[in-house]
Amino acid sequence: MANPSSYEADALIAEDIDAYLERHQHKSLLRFITCGSVDDGKSTLIGRLLYDSKMIFEDQLAALEADSKRVGTQGQNIDFALLVDGLAAEREQGITIDVAYRFFATDRRKFIVADTPGHEQYTRNMVTGASTADLAVILVDARKGVLTQTRRHSYLCHLLGIRNIVLAVNKMDLVDYDQHVFDRIRLAYSAFAQSIGITHFTPIPISGFVGDNITAKSDKTPWYDGAPLMELLETVEIDAEADRAKAFRLPVQWVNRPNLDFRGFSGLIAGGTVKPGDAVRILPSGKTSTVARVVTFDGDLEQGVAGQSVTLTLADEVDCSRGDVIAAAGDPPQAADQFEATIVWMADEEMLPGRSYWLKLGTQTVTANVQQPKYQVNVNTMEHTAAKTLELNAIGVANLSTDRPLVFEAYDAGANASPNRDLGGFILIDKFTNATVAAGMIHFSLRRAQNVHWQATDITREARAGAMRQKPAVLWFTGLSGAGKSTIANLVEKKLARMNRHTFLLDGDNVRHGLNRDLGFTDADRVENIRRVGEVAKLMTDAGLIVITAFISPFRAEREMVRQMLPAGEFIEVFVNTTLAEAEKRDVKGLYAKARSGQLKNFTGIDSPYEAPDDAEIRIDTTELTPDEAADRIVDYLLDR
Amino acid sequence: MTASLTHLQRLEAESIHILREVVAETEKPVMLYSIGKDSAVMLHLARKAFYPSPPPFPLLHVDTTWKFKAMYDLRDRAAREAGMELLVYQNPEAREKGINPFDHGSLHTDMWKTEGLKQALDLHGFDAAFGGARRDEEKSRAKERIFSFRSANHRWDPKNQRPELWRLYNARKAKGESIRVFPISNWTELDIWQYIHLENIEIVPLYFAAPRPTVERDGLILMVDDDRFRLKPGEVPVERSVRFRTLGCYPLTGAVESEATTLPEVIQEMLLTTTSERQGRAIDHDQAASMEKKKQEGYF
Repeated sequence: MANPSSYEADALIAEDIDAYLERHQHKSLLRFITCGSVDDGKSTLIGRLLYDSKMIFEDQLAALEADSKRVGTQGQNIDFALLVDGLAAEREQGITIDVAYRFFATDRRKFIVADTPGHEQYTRNMVTGASTADLAVILVDARKGVLTQTRRHSYLCHLLGIRNIVLAVNKMDLVDYDQHVFDRIRLAYSAFAQSIGITHFTPIPISGFVGDNITAKSDKTPWYDGAPLMELLETVEIDAEADRAKAFRLPVQWVNRPNLDFRGFSGLIAGGTVKPGDAVRILPSGKTSTVARVVTFDGDLEQGVAGQSVTLTLADEVDCSRGDVIAAAGDPPQAADQFEATIVWMADEEMLPGRSYWLKLGTQTVTANVQQPKYQVNVNTMEHTAAKTLELNAIGVANLSTDRPLVFEAYDAGANASPNRDLGGFILIDKFTNATVAAGMIHFSLRRAQNVHWQATDITREARAGAMRQKPAVLWFTGLSGAGKSTIANLVEKKLARMNRHTFLLDGDNVRHGLNRDLGFTDADRVENIRRVGEVAKLMTDAGLIVITAFISPFRAEREMVRQMLPAGEFIEVFVNTTLAEAEKRDVKGLYAKARSGQLKNFTGIDSPYEAPDDAEIRIDTTELTPDEAADRIVDYLLDR
Repeated sequence: MTASLTHLQRLEAESIHILREVVAETEKPVMLYSIGKDSAVMLHLARKAFYPSPPPFPLLHVDTTWKFKAMYDLRDRAAREAGMELLVYQNPEAREKGINPFDHGSLHTDMWKTEGLKQALDLHGFDAAFGGARRDEEKSRAKERIFSFRSANHRWDPKNQRPELWRLYNARKAKGESIRVFPISNWTELDIWQYIHLENIEIVPLYFAAPRPTVERDGLILMVDDDRFRLKPGEVPVERSVRFRTLGCYPLTGAVESEATTLPEVIQEMLLTTTSERQGRAIDHDQAASMEKKKQEGYF
C-alpha cells in the first residue's frame, strides 16, 4: 500500500529553496469538511490525503504501523483512520466524537479539513465543522449507496450554505470499479439533492484505501472523465474571494485609541472592499462619514479587502464602538429586533421559549428571546413537524426578538453567492452556565419589527408615580409552594394600604385563571408564565404602582429576566425560604401529597428543580420569623429605599 | 482589484481577529511567552493586531530556570521592543525543593510548568491567557477549541467543549474561571517558518546550526548549556554542529545535527526531514496519550 514515491519531496526544495519559498508564499487557503458515517471511510480518506501530500513523517508512520497492528481494523495494512482519530476515548471506542482539524498543503493550496462525526447525536459537531467550510466532501460507501446519513449530512451542509458539494463514492475497489454502481448512486443522490435545493454537485468515484482518483486519475476507472479529488480541491472558488464582490461591511471589534490624535476602528472586513475616500455609514445609528485611512502595522493600505483584519480611521468625529458595523453608505445592511431564523440546538438542556439568552452575532451581543418553534425539521426525512421546544441536535425554525436592534444580513445570499456568515450567523449563550447552546442563521427580519414603533407618551412614568407620591417597585416573592409567599404578600399589601400606598398584588394562582390559563406546568410554560407576569408588573410600575407578586418562579434565569425589564433598583427579590420538609409538612393545598403519589407532574421541589436566589434583596426565613414580622421587615425595606 | 489573499495573509487576519476578540471581551488577558518560534510569531501578530497601540496586555514567562541562556537573552529584548510589560514567574515551591530535570523526571514539568502556570495565573487574576499551541503539533491538540475553557482549578474537559462556529467565539465565563486562547491554532510548522522568513521576525539563534557542546543520551542529542548539566561517568561533551526544532528546558530538548545556518536552509531541512517536530521533546514519550492527560491537568 505504502507507495514509496509519495515521500519524494519537491525537487525544488533541494535545488533552490528561495525559489520554492517564493512559490509557496502565494498559496491560497481552502477549508473543507468531510462527512459520512464511520464506515464510509472518512478518516481513511483524510489519512490518505495527508499521506499523499507528504504530511506524514517517519516517526508518525512508525507509530501508525504499530498502532495499526495493535488496534487497527485493516489487518496488517496501515489503518489511516488511526492518524486522524485524536482523543484517547475515541481511539478506544473506534469512533470520532468531535471535530478535528487537519492540515495539508499541495503546491497550489493549503487545506484545513474539518473531520466530523457521522452519527445523528453529533449533528452539532457537524454543523460546527460545516460553518467555516468552502466545500464538503460527502462520502458514500459504493456497496451501500445513499443512506439516511448521506441525506442528513447533505442537508446540513446545504443549510450552512456550502456551495461546493463533492459526492465521493468510496470503496470503488470493493465493487470492482463498476461504472453501473457509480451511476446508480449518482442518480439517486441527484434526485435527493434537487429536492432539498442543492443545484449542483460533483460526483467522483474513489478509493481512499487504495488511493484511486485522489491525487491522480485512476486507470481503474477509465469510464470516469472528471478530475481527481485533489485537483478539484485545488481549483474550486474560495468563499473569501466571492465575499469581495459584496457591499463593504466591517463589524467593529475594538476601538483603537493610543492617544488623543488617533481613533481607529479595528475589525475583520466581512464583505467588499474599502479605500480612503469611500463614503460609509455606521449602523445601527445611521450616521455617515468618509474613510480617511486603512491602517495596518505594515503601513496604510490603498485598499482593504474581505478577509483582512484592518483598522479604519474616519474623517469625522462620529460615535462608533464595538458592535457597530461600518458599511458602504449607499448599500448598508438592515437593523431590526425581530427575526425569523433557523436554529440548531446544541445543548443537553432543551430550549425554553421565552427565556432570555445572550445572542452573539458578529461583534454584537444582545439579549434575545426565542419563541416557540414554527416547526422542527426531521433531519432524516426532511419533514417538518410541530415542536414546542428544541432538544439537543434538533433543527427548527422560530421567531426571535432582541432587546435592541441588531445589524444583520440574511445568512443565505442565494445559490450563486457565498453565505453571509459574519452578519447572518449567530450563537445563543445560556446566561447562567455561559455555555454555547445554539447556532442560528437569520432568514429575514419580521415586518412587525419595522412597523411597530415605540409610542412616546407625554405623561411619563415619573409623572404618574409623582402623582401618587411614591416610588414604584416590584416586590417579587419567590419560594417553594407552601413556603408562605401568598400569606406574607397579603399582609404586606394590607400594611401598605394602611399607609395610603397604591399597590397591586399579582397572585400566581389567580393569574393562571385568566391571563395565563393557556399555560401548563412544563419548564417551557413556566418560563412563559413568568415572562407575562413580568410584562404586566412592568406596565403597573409604569402606572406608578407598587406591585407585589407571589409566584414560585423556580428558575433564576426568569427572575433575572424580569429584573432586567425594570429600571435599576425597582426589582426587589424577596426569597421566602423554607425547607422542602417543612413545606411538605404544611401542605396547605394537598399538592405535595399529590406530587408524591405521582398524580401531579413537574411539581417544584419534587420532580422539577427550585433554583434558590444567591443574593435576593430580602431573605425571609419562615422558621425564624412569624408572617407578621416578615411583612414588617419587607415594608421597612421598601420605605427605606 | 488586488491579488487574492495568500494562506499566510488569511491565517494572519484570523489570528489578529482572535487577539482582538479576547481583548474586547475579557477583563484581564495575558500572553504566555515561551520565547520559542511560535511565541515569536504570536507576539508579532499581537503587535500587528493593536497597532498603533502597543498590545494591551502583559507577557508572562513561566520560567523553569532551566531554559537555554540564549532564550533569556532574547526574552527581555523582545518584550521591550513590543512596548509590553514582561512578567516572569518561578514556582517558589519548585525552587525551594530544587526540582530539576535530572532527578525528578516528569515532576520537573509538573511543578515548574503546569503548577507554575496555574500559580502565576491565580496570582495575577488573569481571566484569559494566550498560548502558542498549534493543532498540527499533536493529536489531542487537533481537537482543542481556539477558546479553550478552564474550570476554576484550571482543568480542561475535552468532552465538554463549547462549539465554535464561524468566527464567533464565546468568551463568557463565571468568576474564577478562565480561558486559554490559541490564536495560531490553524498554523502549521511550515506556515510558522515561512511567516518568520517573510516578516523577518527575530528568533533565538539556537534555531540555527552552530558548533555546540553536546552529549548523546537515549537517542537524544542534548546540549551542555551550563555547568549544571550532570555528566555521567565517562561522558565528555562533544562539539557537534546542531540546531533545535523546538526549545524548552535545555536538558530535556533534543537537538538535530545540521549545517543549516540561515532560515531558508532551516526550512529546506525541515521539508526534507522525515521526523515530526515534537519528537525532540522527552515530555510526550512518557505514556500513550500523555499530552491529552497533561492538558486535562492544566498544562498548556
